[in-house]
Amino acid sequence: MIRPSRNHPGFWAFLLHRLSGLALVLFLPAHFLVLGSAINASAFDAAIAWTDRPLVKFGEWGIVVLLALHMTGGIRLLALEFLPWSEGQKARIAIGIGAALLFGAALALGLV
Amino acid sequence: MTRELDVKIKRGGDDGGYENFRVPQRENQTVLDVVTWIQREADPTLTYRFACRVGVCGSCAMTVNGRPRWTCRTHVSKVAGDGRLVIEPLENMPVIKDLATDMTGFFEKWQAARGRFEAAISRDDPLVPILPDSPERRAADAAIECINCAVCYSACDVVSWDQDYLGPAALNRAWAALNDVRDGDRAGLLRAVSGDAGCGNCHSHQSCAEHCPVEINPTRSIAGLKRASLVALLKGER
Ligand code: SF4
Ligand code: SF4
Ligand code: FES
Repeated sequence: MIRPSRNHPGFWAFLLHRLSGLALVLFLPAHFLVLGSAINASAFDAAIAWTDRPLVKFGEWGIVVLLALHMTGGIRLLALEFLPWSEGQKARIAIGIGAALLFGAALALGLV
Repeated sequence: MTRELDVKIKRGGDDGGYENFRVPQRENQTVLDVVTWIQREADPTLTYRFACRVGVCGSCAMTVNGRPRWTCRTHVSKVAGDGRLVIEPLENMPVIKDLATDMTGFFEKWQAARGRFEAAISRDDPLVPILPDSPERRAADAAIECINCAVCYSACDVVSWDQDYLGPAALNRAWAALNDVRDGDRAGLLRAVSGDAGCGNCHSHQSCAEHCPVEINPTRSIAGLKRASLVALLKGER
């Protein structure tokens, strides 16, 4: 349960940003490992074949969503800290960009 | 029969526990009224702090149903629709006893953030004109009405992770000082707020702004300090 003092949009945005960041940190080494195996063609082909499974496909979609979330969070922070402050406006911008990114991500993966 | 409130109060210090009280409900009753009733009618050993009762002095803040609040201006009807109150001391400061916290560290950080005004000129010099609608005056205006209640400090997660972090209130004060064109030590101020414990630690959670009872936005002030501190760094001024 989230503490009542933390239950507001700013904290939720922070939490999403932090959790998506941590998840990406876990994913990236695996990603580079697979890319590294490209030196050996057969190992790389095996890895690529593995990524063709539906569950892995779904996982990839999740990663792109995480990336979109993390990027939106970053843009939101930059806007918050470097642009002149205006109440509410930045939250809406972030939501807009986030929705657009999510849609783009889904599109790229052929899910829509 | 008058309705009664079910009030749970944190007693003792860190290793203390909770005590239950039944308090008669009244119209227009504040949380501070409830605490005062308990001390007068039920248990005179209950320790808490208040002074003005009208939202000016900033001494009465407590954690009410999990949120930091100024208790003298918090109506029971607003925060305890179901008649239940849990009242605890503020967070991020040591408890002296019951609901009273030791705010020494909080105020020391105001000094550490160079909250004190450093005059550039003496009283014999002519007054510096400050236009009410100049950008600096407006920025200072937005930060200046702080009542030093430590509600924001209690709500800030970064303070609870790092006890050295100067925190929202002190940094908000520094932002007001930075926008005071009469202040004579801009570089010193920026050094004071840019150190290891300074504005760079803020994660922009906005818990401070969310809970500040006088609607100050320390996150905005700290964002201003971050920008000013970065600009000063790039120009080699700090
Ligand atoms: S915005 Fe900064 S100062 Fe305010 S609660 Fe969050 S970390 Fe603390
Ligand atoms: S900024 Fe607001 S919450 Fe923080 S000490 Fe000042 S009045 Fe209290
Ligand atoms: S008693 Fe002074 S602000 Fe509440």
